[in-house]
Amino acid sequence: MVAHLLRLKLTLLRNSVRRSPWQLVGLGIGALYALGLVALGITGLLFLRGADAGVAQTVVVLGGVAALLGWAVVPVAASAADLTLDPARFTTFAVPTPQLLAGLALGGLIGIPGTATTLVALGTVGTWSRSLPGAAGALVGAFLGVLSCIVLSKVVTTATAGLASSRRFKDASAVIFLIPLVLMGPIVAGVAEGIASSGDFLAGLARTLSWTPAGAAWSLGGEMAAGSYGAAAIKFLVALATLAGLALCWKALLQRALVTPPYAGTSRKRAGGLGFFGLFPATPTGAVAARCLSYWLRDPRYSGSLVVVPLLPVLFLFQASQTGSYGMLLFVGPLTAFLLAWSISADVSYDNTAFALHLSTGVSGVQDRLGRAVACLVFALPVVLALSVLPFPLGADWQLLPGVLGLSLGVLFSGMGLSSVVSARYTAAVPLPGDSPFKKPPGNVAQTLAVQFGGMGVLLLLVVPETALLAAQFVTGSAAPGWINLVLGPALGLALFAAGVRLGGKWLDARGPELLAQLAVNR
Amino acid sequence: MTFEQPRPPAPENQAGQAVPALSMRGLAKRFGDKIAVDGISLDVPAGSFYGIVGPNGAGKTTTLSMATGLLRPEFGTAFVHGVDVWRQPLEAKKLMGILPDGVRLFDRLTGEQLVSYAGLLRGMDKDVVATRVRELLAALDLGPEAGKLVVDYSAGMTKKIALASALIHAPRLLVLDEPFESVDPVSAANIRDILDRYVASGGTVIVSSHAMDLVQRMCDHVAVVAAGRVLAAGTVDAVRAGETLEDRFVQLVGGRSHTEGLEWLRTF
Repeated sequence: MVAHLLRLKLTLLRNSVRRSPWQLVGLGIGALYALGLVALGITGLLFLRGADAGVAQTVVVLGGVAALLGWAVVPVAASAADLTLDPARFTTFAVPTPQLLAGLALGGLIGIPGTATTLVALGTVGTWSRSLPGAAGALVGAFLGVLSCIVLSKVVTTATAGLASSRRFKDASAVIFLIPLVLMGPIVAGVAEGIASSGDFLAGLARTLSWTPAGAAWSLGGEMAAGSYGAAAIKFLVALATLAGLALCWKALLQRALVTPPYAGTSRKRAGGLGFFGLFPATPTGAVAARCLSYWLRDPRYSGSLVVVPLLPVLFLFQASQTGSYGMLLFVGPLTAFLLAWSISADVSYDNTAFALHLSTGVSGVQDRLGRAVACLVFALPVVLALSVLPFPLGADWQLLPGVLGLSLGVLFSGMGLSSVVSARYTAAVPLPGDSPFKKPPGNVAQTLAVQFGGMGVLLLLVVPETALLAAQFVTGSAAPGWINLVLGPALGLALFAAGVRLGGKWLDARGPELLAQLAVNR
Repeated sequence: MTFEQPRPPAPENQAGQAVPALSMRGLAKRFGDKIAVDGISLDVPAGSFYGIVGPNGAGKTTTLSMATGLLRPEFGTAFVHGVDVWRQPLEAKKLMGILPDGVRLFDRLTGEQLVSYAGLLRGMDKDVVATRVRELLAALDLGPEAGKLVVDYSAGMTKKIALASALIHAPRLLVLDEPFESVDPVSAANIRDILDRYVASGGTVIVSSHAMDLVQRMCDHVAVVAAGRVLAAGTVDAVRAGETLEDRFVQLVGGRSHTEGLEWLRTF
């Protein structure tokens, strides 16, 4: 039975690749990335072989605990739990529970994260290969540790499955998870600083953790190498009990979950609330804008990109406070304009087959394009203006303000025009409606990346005049290029915007059914 | 299929006949190697209640998508009240209300917003939209759920809200792909009443369905489609030729297996 489940998982993996060769390319890139990380990890662990035993033990134990934490937190926070072998799908098959659990746990090892964790864990055998008992202990520890990681991850995902399948929680967690992701830089910098200043503390922490369920398995190799067989025996029992306890928890949770399907939370508003539809003019363009603006607020795939906007200046301010120079902060306005303008470049792909409504109502391409752009501009324009001005009260040279404003507006409008063309022509592999923004999208990832990077390159070319004028002001120090930029940026941007909406609209009118057919592939 | 066909004449050219509400002329489509629709020509008379029945994978949805401008046919075209769907798409779409099967809705809107959106996209007046939305939701038993997000609707409610979006602009032709799927019997009866009154006042309805009983009772015309071809078409009485529609359908389509196996299923 276990072998059947493993074969099923492999077949599913192989079939997902068979859908298109590009899928294979995407998987290959992911595997290559993971392989790089694994190689780095194993090299480090082998390098530790020659290092002081205490340091090696600290690194291995803390690394192991971090891996355990990662397996517990990431699948929930990212709503990216691997559900290719969803236990709910086996309810009707009467598979004996112990075999189902064993099969699912081993199945968790197949795939990039499982393989990578296993390989790095086996690297610790290399670290402790200074003596035979050490290597043997590390091997047993790696085995117990990796299994604990996977079973813990299953416990957490099963326990939160009910919660996580409520739409409201999914929407909220997806957006909230972005915040630490964006602030990763400052957080890592802070933690690194803390580590540098307290090396002793870490050694103590590792010693303590190695007696707890979290670190016991990972410390086996070190204890055996050091010859303290008594401690090793106790820790082995702790690690074994941990794994058994987790497995029991999982079994209990799974048995309960299989007979109580999760209840999806609902939302209810009073009737008569038309929301943005009441605020925009009652024209096709206005309706598209109102619909898009509702989506910007209600759909986590959109609101996720909005959360980044206030975090960007925070990131730049942090960088400025570290270096003491506000030079980079000048570009927070143009950069935000770039991101927001580009954010609607996959708008039709986000609609998915709901786009059929636009097609069947016969709304014209220009109205469709304009409505989507207006919805984004409603908040993008004030945000970009505010962020462009932000550096100046903080101490930047006021002489640069007109030039920076010109660049920001130029980027915003040119980008909107380009996005209007791109989203009318190309579909992108994006998460499906209702999915987490982090979920691996179905479809052709490689083409999406090509279009996205190509498009960004084109946008950089389109704003060369504005960039050149700002650069001229930096070099010459004269105010004239800045003022020219303030006029040229919006003028050129608006011209490109009008051209983009018109061209995109024309393509949409001509190729609507083809676009819908492409979208239906990723349904 | 391999030769370019001459473009079929528009139905107006056939003198002495009323213009059909929908006429398909040699519609054909292939997906890869599989021919999904193999030259379907059908005339749906104005004012008829027309059922399209066929086994799974017969090409019903593909045919209706091509006839309504959602999927470009490889050959052939369709005319709605004499307007070529693929030459004058905007005029044709004004005449049609479409309930496609298997497409998503803008489900982060409330039911009320979604139907209003469909109306506004067609350039309708705001007040007219507001009145019609209220009446439609009440008629489809969706009044209490009007302010709920469509993503939280049940499958049947989702079908009904999609139907409301197709009705909002008072089209002359309604094309409904599987309109009764997962709709409860009470709502289905209400929808049938609405459609009956609509046909009585001169509208035309095309429904695709698996439910033979329903089609026999509800429709006055029927076409049996299998493997991308029309096997029989005409008034329901003419097609069923004295038998029930279900028996006639099974005869036409074939594929009933009278195998001797499966004895073990009776031995427990």
